[in-house]
Amino acid sequence: MAELFRRTGPLIAWMALLTTLLWVAFMIVLPQVMMVDFSFRPSLPPSKIGGPEDVYTLKNYATLWANTIHRGIFFKTIWSSMLVTVLALAVCYPIAYHLAQVARGQAAALLIVALIVPFWVNEILRTFAWFLILSRNGIFNSALVGLGLIDRPIQFIDGNIGVMIGMVYAYILFMVFPLYNAMESLDRHQIEAARDLGASTWRIHWRVVIPHAKPGIAVGCIMTFMLSAGTIAVPRLLGGPRSRWFTEVIYSWFFDGGDWNQGAAYAFALLILCIVFILVMMRLFRVSLQDIAK
Amino acid sequence: MGQSVELDNVTMRFGDFVAVRNVSLKIGAGEFFSFLGPSGCGKTTILRLISGFMEPTEGAVRIGSKDMRGIGPNRRPTALIFQNLALFPLMKVWENIAFGLEARGVGKAQRRRRAEELLDLIALPGYADKAVSELSGGQRQRVAIARALAVEPAVLLLDEPLSALDLKLRQHMRSELRAIQRKTGVTFIYITHDQGEALTMSDRIGVMSQGEVLQIGQPADIYDAPQNAFVATFVGESNLFPGTISRIEGKEALIETAVGPMRGRNLHALPVGTPAIALVRPERMRVLDAGEAADNMLESAPQRFDFEGAFINVLLDGAGERETILHLTNDGRTQARLQAATLLRVGFDTDATMILPQGQTAHG
Amino acid sequence: MTSSSLLRSFIYLYLVLFFAYLFLPLVFMMAAAFNDSRFPTMLPWQGFTLRWFQELFADQLMGRAVWNSILIGLGVVALSVPIGLAGALVLYNLQSRARTLIYGIMVSPILTPGVIIGISTLIFWRQYFGVGGGLMLAVVAQTTFIAAFAMLLILARLQRFDRTLEEAALDLGASHTWTFWRITVPFLRPALLAAALMAFLQSFENYNTTLFVIGTETTMTLNIASRVRLGLTPAVNAIAVILIALTILGAIIYELMRRAEVRRRALAAEAAA
Repeated sequence: MAELFRRTGPLIAWMALLTTLLWVAFMIVLPQVMMVDFSFRPSLPPSKIGGPEDVYTLKNYATLWANTIHRGIFFKTIWSSMLVTVLALAVCYPIAYHLAQVARGQAAALLIVALIVPFWVNEILRTFAWFLILSRNGIFNSALVGLGLIDRPIQFIDGNIGVMIGMVYAYILFMVFPLYNAMESLDRHQIEAARDLGASTWRIHWRVVIPHAKPGIAVGCIMTFMLSAGTIAVPRLLGGPRSRWFTEVIYSWFFDGGDWNQGAAYAFALLILCIVFILVMMRLFRVSLQDIAK
Repeated sequence: MGQSVELDNVTMRFGDFVAVRNVSLKIGAGEFFSFLGPSGCGKTTILRLISGFMEPTEGAVRIGSKDMRGIGPNRRPTALIFQNLALFPLMKVWENIAFGLEARGVGKAQRRRRAEELLDLIALPGYADKAVSELSGGQRQRVAIARALAVEPAVLLLDEPLSALDLKLRQHMRSELRAIQRKTGVTFIYITHDQGEALTMSDRIGVMSQGEVLQIGQPADIYDAPQNAFVATFVGESNLFPGTISRIEGKEALIETAVGPMRGRNLHALPVGTPAIALVRPERMRVLDAGEAADNMLESAPQRFDFEGAFINVLLDGAGERETILHLTNDGRTQARLQAATLLRVGFDTDATMILPQGQTAHG
Repeated sequence: MTSSSLLRSFIYLYLVLFFAYLFLPLVFMMAAAFNDSRFPTMLPWQGFTLRWFQELFADQLMGRAVWNSILIGLGVVALSVPIGLAGALVLYNLQSRARTLIYGIMVSPILTPGVIIGISTLIFWRQYFGVGGGLMLAVVAQTTFIAAFAMLLILARLQRFDRTLEEAALDLGASHTWTFWRITVPFLRPALLAAALMAFLQSFENYNTTLFVIGTETTMTLNIASRVRLGLTPAVNAIAVILIALTILGAIIYELMRRAEVRRRALAAEAAA
C-alpha cells in the first residue's frame, strides 16, 4: 500500500483504493455473502422477517437433496457439462495444434481471424443459428427428409442432444484460444527432434505437445465447463421441458416459484460445483490463478 | 545558478542492508562533482537521496543550506538525467523539453520559445517537432539534458547517462557536458563507474565502495595520492608490492617486499613494522639501460608485449602481487629494443612509489 | 500414397469441416433473413425479400430494447473502465503477501457463472437498498465481472510501463496527479479504449446475468431470446444480419488501423536508423 501512495501520490492512491474497495465490497463480496446468508434462511413473508421464525436452517439444501427431479437435473448438468468440455477439447485440439505449429505466415493469420470473427457474434445469435438448423422444419431435417433417410422430421429441440450441440458450438472458441496460446510457445524444434528420434505422431503428442499445452488445456476446460454449467441462454433456446438445465430450475425458483431463499441455495450449490471443478483442474494440471485469468 | 549540496552523516538502510553509510560531504555551488565506484557501491542511492526519491534513514541532505527532509522530488531544485534517459515517448521533442515548464503552468508560446532556445544550446535546431523515436542515441542524450536544463535547476544529477553510447560519441559528449556545465554554472553531480569519465570531466571526485565514500579530491589527487589500496586500484592501473615498513626517513619510508626493498612516499605516516604495500603506476616505470640506476629497481623476464600504438605494454613475470605492467611510450625503436632482451631491469623513483596501508583492493 | 500425405489430407479435410461447422450456421441464419418464407429458414427458398428488415424497423418493442441495451452498455463502460483502472493500479503497486488473495478476489467474478452474479446482485440490492430489477441493476450486475476483464486488460499494459517516466515527470516538478494524467494515462490509452470497447460489447450481448436483474424491462439480447422462444419470425434473422455486418465492419476497421500503426512504426524506426 505504501508503494501505491509513494508512486501515485495521495489523491490518486485514495481514489484508486476507494474505487477498488467499493467494487470488491459492494459488487463482489457482499452480494455473495448475502446470497449465501439468504440460502440458509427460510422464505418468510415480510412481516415475519426478523421474527422468531427467521433462523438459520439447512431446509433449502435438504429440498435440493430430497427433490429427486432437481437432484437428477443437478447431476445431469454436471455430467453433460463435462461431456461438452471433453467434446470441445477433442474438436479443438487438432485445430489449435495446426494453427500453432503447422500453419505459417499469411495462412495462419487468416485462420486466426476466421476463428475470431464468430467469437464476436452474440452468444444468443450463435445459439439461434443452431436452433434454425435443428428445429422441426430446419435445414437438418429438410436435408434428411430430402435425402430420403427419414420419413418425418426428428424433434432435436427439446432433447439433451440439441442443448449439447449448441453448447459445444457456443463455447468452442473459449477452448481453442487457450489451447492455441499454450501450443504456440512450444518450440517447433522440439517436435522435429522428437520425430528425428523416431517417435510416432501419437507419442510426440503424448510426450511433448500435451505436457507443454497443459496450462492451456486446463484453462480451456475450466472456461468451457463453467460456461456450460452456468449458462441459461443455450438451454432456454435449444432445450424444452424434458431437457431442463439446473440454471433453469434456479430461474423458476426466483420468477415462477417466488422462493428466493430456495433459489439462493440452488445457486450456491452451483457456485460450489464450479469452484470445486476449478480447484480440481488447478490441482490436476498444476496451474495457478494467474495462468487462468489472462 | 548552481547551489551547494551537503550530505550530513547520511545513512540509508534497506532492511538489514546498508546501502549508504555515514556519508558527509559538501559539494560547492557550480561544481562538477562525480561519484565514482563499482556497481552496487551506493552511488545511485546517493543520487536518489539528493533528488528526493528516497529519504535517508539517518542524517540530512541540504541543498543551498536548506534541509530537504519532507520535500518531494517535484519540489526540489534538482533535475535528474536518468540512465535510460526516460524521454516521454508519446511527446514530441519540444514537448519533452518543455514538460517541466508545462508542469509549472507556463503558457504554450513561451514554452515553445524556451524549448527552441535550448535546442540551439544542444545544437539540435529544427528538431522541435520530431518524435523521440526518430532521434539517434546521441540526439536523445542531448534532448534529455535540455529537458533537465529547461526547469533551470540549481543542481543537475546525472545517472551514468553516457553508458549506452558508443566510444566515439561518449568521448564527444564528455566535452560537451563539461562545456554546458561551464556555460550554465549549474552544479553537476555525476555518477559513473567509468574512471575515464570521472577524471576528465570532474572538478572533484568522490570514490565509493560498499556504501562509503573512501576519498574525495581533485582528479590528480585521487590518481597520484590515493588514500588506500582500493582507490589506487579502482582508479587507474597499478602495480602492487606487499611488504613491511622497515625504516622511516622524514616523509619517506623503506618497505621490504618480495622483490627487494623499495623507497617510497609514506603518505599516511605509517610506523615501522606495519604491513603495507608499495604502489607504482605502470607509466611511472621505465626500462633501465645497462649501468643506469634508479631509486628502486627490480629484475624480471618479460612475459608478453602488447602493442597499443602510442604505448607498448610490457608484462613481467611474478614480480608483484599480480603480474607487473609497464606502459612505455613508443619512440619508434622501443619494441625492437625490448624484444632483444631476455631479462629486463626496471627502475622507478621514490616519488612514483606510494606506500599505503594494506587493505581491500578493487580486484577483490 | 504415403502415410504422411494421407495424414495431411485428413488434416485439411478436418480443417474444412471445422470451419464449415463454424461458419455455415451463421451463413444459413443470415440467408434466411432474405427468404420470403414465413419461417426463419433458408430452405425451401421462396424468393428474395427485404420485408423482414421492414418488420424489424417497425417494431417498437425492439427499438426500445436496443435503446435499453445502449444505455446499459454506456453505463457499464462508464463504471467498468474507471474501476478496472483503479483495480489495476492497486494490484500493480501491491507487493505484500496478500496480493495473491486480493488478486483472486478481484478476478473471481470472471470465473463465477453469470447467473450467480445476477442472482446475488438482485438479492443484495433488494434486501439492503430496496432496489428492484431494472436498467440500473443491470448496469451494476454486469459491471461486477466486466470490470474484472477491464482490469486485466489495463494491468497487462501497465506491466509494460517504464516507471522511470513517472519519476522523470516528478523530478521535473510535476505533481503526482499531473504526472498521472499527462504520462500514465496517455500510455494506458490503447488499453483503456480496448477496455471500453470490450465492456460495451460484453454488456450488449450479455444474457445470463441480465436475465435475473432486468425486472420488467428488456434488452436487445433478451428480446431476441424471447422471440426465439415465443412467436418466431425471420425478423430475428434480420437483426443477426445487421449485427454480423457491424462485427465484420468493425473487424475490418480494426485491421486497417492496426496495419496503419505498423506502417507508421516501421517508418519511424527507419527514420531513426
